[in-house]
Amino acid sequence: MTPRLTRRRFIKSVIFSGAALSSGAGFYLASAQTRPSGGVERLVSLSINGRTRRVDVMPQETLAHTLRYKLGLTGTKIGCNRGECGSCTVTINDVTHYACSTLTHSVKGKEVVTVEGLRAADGTLHAVQQAFIDELSPQCGFCTPGQIMSAVALLKTNPRPTRDEARQALSGNLCRCGAYDHYLNGVMRASGQLS
Amino acid sequence: MPAFDNMPDMELYQPVQIDDALALAARLAERGWLVGGGQDTYGWIKDRNKRPEALIDLNGIESLRGVRETENGIEIGALTTLTEVATNPIITQRYALLSKAASVVASPQIRNAGTLAGNLAQDVRCWYYRRGLDCYRAGGNLCYADTPEAQNREHAIFNASRCVAVTPSDTAPALVALEAQMVITSTSGQRVVAAEDFFVGPDVNIESTTVLRDGEILTAVRIPAKWANAEFYYEKVADRNVWDFALVSIAGAMRIEGGNIVESSLVCGAVQCTPRRLTSVERAIQGRPRNEATATMVAGMASQGARPLNQNAFKMPLMDNLVTKLLTA
Repeated sequence: MTPRLTRRRFIKSVIFSGAALSSGAGFYLASAQTRPSGGVERLVSLSINGRTRRVDVMPQETLAHTLRYKLGLTGTKIGCNRGECGSCTVTINDVTHYACSTLTHSVKGKEVVTVEGLRAADGTLHAVQQAFIDELSPQCGFCTPGQIMSAVALLKTNPRPTRDEARQALSGNLCRCGAYDHYLNGVMRASGQLS
Repeated sequence: MPAFDNMPDMELYQPVQIDDALALAARLAERGWLVGGGQDTYGWIKDRNKRPEALIDLNGIESLRGVRETENGIEIGALTTLTEVATNPIITQRYALLSKAASVVASPQIRNAGTLAGNLAQDVRCWYYRRGLDCYRAGGNLCYADTPEAQNREHAIFNASRCVAVTPSDTAPALVALEAQMVITSTSGQRVVAAEDFFVGPDVNIESTTVLRDGEILTAVRIPAKWANAEFYYEKVADRNVWDFALVSIAGAMRIEGGNIVESSLVCGAVQCTPRRLTSVERAIQGRPRNEATATMVAGMASQGARPLNQNAFKMPLMDNLVTKLLTA
């Protein structure tokens, strides 16, 4: 005689299979996720912060992923990962880009600079970094690397920007703490217009 | 549960010749996805709401970049970034309408990556559709944005046909006003389509906002000399100055002789699925001066015939007020 499928029996079996999933199968699935099953990682040479870095890159991999999880350059933050917050801002050939919305394969042969690449060889901070410290620009600091990269790119093309130009240049970087004016003070100080 | 930070596995092609790109686009057809700046691409793919098998990255094709002078106007390569369009000296001097439009798209970083063609061919921003729901545009049989409780403040007030999404592009109204032409290339040749005909509403094709078919690539935008150095007015009204899409935008080109408007081309963005030409206003202001009296005369004309949804009736006075601003600026 086959046991009737009662509500109680049904729930029991669901709990049991759920437990099985979370112990063994869940782990297996999670580890499979980090591996590309399509499997076509390519070894590419990238120019990151003035150094040539050789790294295996998946076809669909974003620059933010490569920088953070393969090259250990965790200064580039991932906030929204949709090009809507700016915390992953890096410069590619001196122009700001969202690293979360850039394919790593598309920066071959280009100069990528992250916040880690700004410091001089002797450890001296970049003028923007120092100015942001002096002006206490960051509050929580999560958006700061992105703000710094936008400010650095601005000062490269416009060494003495007006406050409005700086506001424009940093407008693609959200600050959840609302420390925008402090960042603008930092840009004005870095450009020598505030003492 | 996929990790939404990463994109799923797919192939990537990076052609450097336009012919190779066209061959790939033809071979992959609907399985492929053309990538310019990619700013409208990666969100779709990360969210798993569109699943192309292969990306065709066009960025290596140098011949698709830059602004060239032609016999009758200029030609802008499809991959020219919005920053370049906004700052190019030829465009800023002769077609300031377009450079102004390009300068208010999204954020600086997105303009640095985003291309003119991508801005024109981008998909609509209706969040029900973007969320991956099975609406008309996604191949289903209902519209989530046109229900009694739907959030449709940003949606269409004209020409909705099942789908009520609006054109999200800031440069499209400017290019329609400038009577630009779209150069569309495929392996079987080239066709040139007027900007006004390039965009199609849901009554024509509910799954695409343009006439582009699988295998075709928008390779260039031509702007005729007709409107060069005309009087221009562009304004985008949005909730935020950065990132946001227009609630209503207006692009206008006017020729003024002897104090009167002899010809004009006025286009509104974000009020229907395609840029909306304000033909009745154009006709009414012809032969009249660009001033307050003319603005008063055409008051309310732009929004005539609108059929607002529950939450977007404000777009009607907004349209009318933008026409007033255009005529009195």
